[in-house]
Amino acid sequence: MLCTLLRPTGGRATVNSFDVAKGKLAVRKSIGLVFQDPSLDERLTALENLRFHGMIYGIPRHERERRIAEVLELVELSERQRDLVRTFSGGMKRRLEIARGLLHRPKVLFLDEPTLGLDPQTRHHIWEYINQLRTDEGLTIFLTTHYMDEAEHCGRIAIIDHGELIAMDTPNKLKEGIGGDVIMLLTEDNGRAAREIAEKFNVEAKELNGELSLQVESGDHFMPILIKTLETRVTSISLRRPTLEDVFLHLTGRKIRDEKVEGWDQLRSRVRSKRRRAR
Amino acid sequence: MRLALIGIYTLWLRDVTRFVRDKPRIISSSVQPLLWLFVLGLGLSTAFVRGGGGSDYLRFIYPGIISMSILFTSIFSGVSIIWDREFGFLKEVLVAPIPRWSVAVGRALGGSTVAVMQGTIILLFAPVVGLKFTALQLIFAFLIMFMIAFSMTSFGILIAARMHTHEGFQVVVNFVLLPMFFLSGAMFPTQKGLPAWMHALVDIDPLSYGVDALRQVLVGSWVHPVWLDIAVVACFGAVALAIGVWYFERTE
Repeated sequence: MLCTLLRPTGGRATVNSFDVAKGKLAVRKSIGLVFQDPSLDERLTALENLRFHGMIYGIPRHERERRIAEVLELVELSERQRDLVRTFSGGMKRRLEIARGLLHRPKVLFLDEPTLGLDPQTRHHIWEYINQLRTDEGLTIFLTTHYMDEAEHCGRIAIIDHGELIAMDTPNKLKEGIGGDVIMLLTEDNGRAAREIAEKFNVEAKELNGELSLQVESGDHFMPILIKTLETRVTSISLRRPTLEDVFLHLTGRKIRDEKVEGWDQLRSRVRSKRRRAR
Repeated sequence: MRLALIGIYTLWLRDVTRFVRDKPRIISSSVQPLLWLFVLGLGLSTAFVRGGGGSDYLRFIYPGIISMSILFTSIFSGVSIIWDREFGFLKEVLVAPIPRWSVAVGRALGGSTVAVMQGTIILLFAPVVGLKFTALQLIFAFLIMFMIAFSMTSFGILIAARMHTHEGFQVVVNFVLLPMFFLSGAMFPTQKGLPAWMHALVDIDPLSYGVDALRQVLVGSWVHPVWLDIAVVACFGAVALAIGVWYFERTE
């Protein structure tokens, strides 16, 4: 909707102070988009894809060529610019798409799962570019992701579950919101242990992947007491600061479900996070 | 308006770039019409001679084969929007700051240019068929070829707007392309001797008028006056494009 591909069903939204319903073309000019699925013309070369983009965004020829050289340099594809996109690997295509999304100097860059299905090395690379852009070009980045560690860098995170916004705040605020530390516990009988914990400490223990997880305020003090009091034998125990994954679990009550991913326009329940310009 | 012109030009350029690059495709799409023309045409002309017809069957079908070449290339070009949709490229175009209608018009022009180029390849074989054209004839021929191409590409775009996977493609070939071609009078005369139902179908086939106009210019025989031919082809193209654009504007 924010990218003007879908018509709003209600309400109002502005991107770069343009209304998404009334100022479609102005909004489209202010944003860069990197889709989850490739959207390149595979039968054109990298250079031609970028030229095409530069042309339909109305960049004058001289500036266009300069800018194309710049973004190709940025994503390290200068040497392959005359090759057909068909011959590119998944990571190269994604890099080219990011380059294309940046070509017209957008104010807001939308990234829909920019690193989905990429190997760790490429993923790392892409994040380096994105972070660099954020600081160098002062770009606002709006991204959706499956990976909680990616959301960690964001200025603000919105969590959407079943199409409803259930939380929106900075990563730290969100973590504080779930109250203290996380204790992960492996016992001989998780069900019994969970009941015991609920009775004795009035704390809810959630089971996941065969482990119990509970949130308490100061975990370091709570842990010894817990082990001493529990009648069920504890096989292993660990303590950590809450991660966004815990926040997500706490808020939605489950792990991110494996859902069939079809496209940008499909309503999905997942973390949508917003990166704000680092001020 | 400037944005729209940019959009039209860019989309046009993309089609032409892709066409010129793909030499194998140019050759393979030229082979089929040439087979129709020389193998089937020469073969059937012996039958026509025996049946008392002239020996100029080859000349009779020549404009028809050019039209066929244009028809196939145009419809495929128009329908190729489906591939753009499946490969995601359409999204890139739809979020660009250009009006939607310019996307459809740009593709229609690009597809027609490519189709006219394909038709021109067949036109180069005129000496083999024993035809010579004046410059004026050629100018008119190109105009008519372009009109056929433009209206058929628009028709292809219209089909693509209503079709969402390429699986329906064979259906289009069987239910649209081949009937349009067979009923157009490209391969046989349609003035008399046909059953009434077939005659009616010939009359509603827009390609009949395109073939008729081209035949009039290149060979000098016709069924309808040329102005009627041109009017029908132009109207068909305009209506197809208008509906195609309308669907396109509503695409989300």
